[in-house]
Amino acid sequence: METPMTSPSQPAVVVTGLNKIFNHGQPNQVDALVDIDLEVQPGEFISLIGPSGCGKSTLLRLVADLLEPTSGAVTINGKSAHQARVDQDYGMAFQQSGLFEWRSVERNIELPLELKGWDKAKRRERAKEMLELVKLPEFAQHMPWQLSGGMQQRVAIARALASHPKLLLMDEPFGALDEMTREHMQAELLRICAAAGTTVIFVTHSIPEAVYLADRVVVMSPRPGRITEIVNVGLGRGRTELTREAGEFFARVTEVREALRGIEMADAARGIEDR
Amino acid sequence: MSDPVVAKRSGRGRRIAMFVLAFVLVALAWEGYKAVGPKAGGEIFGMRILASTNDRAMPHIWDMLARYSDPEIRGGTETIFVVVLRAAWYSFRCSLAAFAIGSLLGIGLAVLMARFRTFERAVMPYLVISQTVPIIVLAPLIFSLMAYQSRDLAGETWLAAVLLGIFLAFFPVAMGTLRGLRDTPAAPLELMDSYAAGWWKTLWKLRFPNAVPYLAPALRLAGAAAVVGVTVSEISLGVRFGVGRLILSYGQEATSDPPKLYTAVFGAAALGLVMAAVVLGIDRLLMRNRPPEAL
Repeated sequence: METPMTSPSQPAVVVTGLNKIFNHGQPNQVDALVDIDLEVQPGEFISLIGPSGCGKSTLLRLVADLLEPTSGAVTINGKSAHQARVDQDYGMAFQQSGLFEWRSVERNIELPLELKGWDKAKRRERAKEMLELVKLPEFAQHMPWQLSGGMQQRVAIARALASHPKLLLMDEPFGALDEMTREHMQAELLRICAAAGTTVIFVTHSIPEAVYLADRVVVMSPRPGRITEIVNVGLGRGRTELTREAGEFFARVTEVREALRGIEMADAARGIEDR
Repeated sequence: MSDPVVAKRSGRGRRIAMFVLAFVLVALAWEGYKAVGPKAGGEIFGMRILASTNDRAMPHIWDMLARYSDPEIRGGTETIFVVVLRAAWYSFRCSLAAFAIGSLLGIGLAVLMARFRTFERAVMPYLVISQTVPIIVLAPLIFSLMAYQSRDLAGETWLAAVLLGIFLAFFPVAMGTLRGLRDTPAAPLELMDSYAAGWWKTLWKLRFPNAVPYLAPALRLAGAAAVVGVTVSEISLGVRFGVGRLILSYGQEATSDPPKLYTAVFGAAALGLVMAAVVLGIDRLLMRNRPPEAL
């Protein structure tokens, strides 16, 4: 184990001057992200929201070092994004649960540990702990296709958290779930992350979801992708189903919606100019 | 809802019944045509396409079956049944070897092709062309190449047969596996990437298991191809102990002893069926724990 370099004040994620251009210099060049600066504090929950094509998923993948930035840098707990990926400092979950259908639930959760070279007994123990965390302890031996969509997504979250990463990156993980399951999963996610003190960057295009989950909602605009506004939610911790009916919650939802509408109007105006 | 276990069992019972029924129907068709068809063959629109139904051309099924308990050669001690069984077992082992080696070769080629684009581009055209060469042509060629190196000609013929079985078996496996390795969805690949897993680890943990549903039908083709490759080259080379050789030599006796040929033909058919069962077993083993719709 290397010595932890984290001081209490060190941010969990620092994004500075980040640019991402696809097909640079070609006729189909796309400025996916322009001048992104973002600092995420340890234990903070950040929602990224914006219309499709605003680069929110691209930003997540740059933080995960699954894409190379054109310029700028990402730092995770003081390390480069690349080093953080090699050290498996973060866990990741996608819209499709991405479970391996040939592995039991338990062995799916063990996958990242296996790749880290943990021995079997230790893996089993951790998988059991994770299954208890996501409240599926009796499903260890089941195959993924025997579970409902919501349960599969819970297993995917357990897998993402299996190596106890400090950072969780999620790309619309509840996008394919029905509304009831989705709200339930949101509450579960908050409970799990609060228990482990996990920092989360969560991509969504649902406004209530973004507000309910986040400490701060980062609103992004497309063409070129940039951060237009950061909404402080300030609903505190220990949110419940009642939070969804609170006036403050609606106020924040409205604030985010207006920020998004501003983007839409600017977009439309630019469309007219373009003509 | 019906109990899946019971449903499975009754499904199996039905499959066995259908299997037996198919035999009965073929036997009935054979004997039926023999009863009503022209004894010396017939013409349709001036072409001789109706098979003659005399006992020389179409022996009775019971005559064929009865032949199994006769000695192979007049005055011999071994029955035809024993001889055919031994020959079929011999050819089966050759086919199994061809199937196993051919499948491993196919998987190996698929991995190399998936890993190195240049290798695929260099090798793929030859693989495709190779399958257009008739093995009847290749069998003597391979045999003469090998005989050049070995004095004991007869002893090596089986090896030529196995080689040709491999030659036919590897191709479907290579194509199926390559497709499976390529068709891995983006999300799990990204996941493996996020674990900083290298290409070979990703191959082992993700691409290979992902290719298994593609591999299963490819293995079925390879099993059949191995049997065809081995028995056909046995016929063409006269491999001493194989069932193909029996078909060849019993065929030469067909004018005096027509049912005898069929004993060897059935032996070859049985060999194919056993191979199919082996492949089915492998298929089941590979596809256990898979979602039922993928089966």
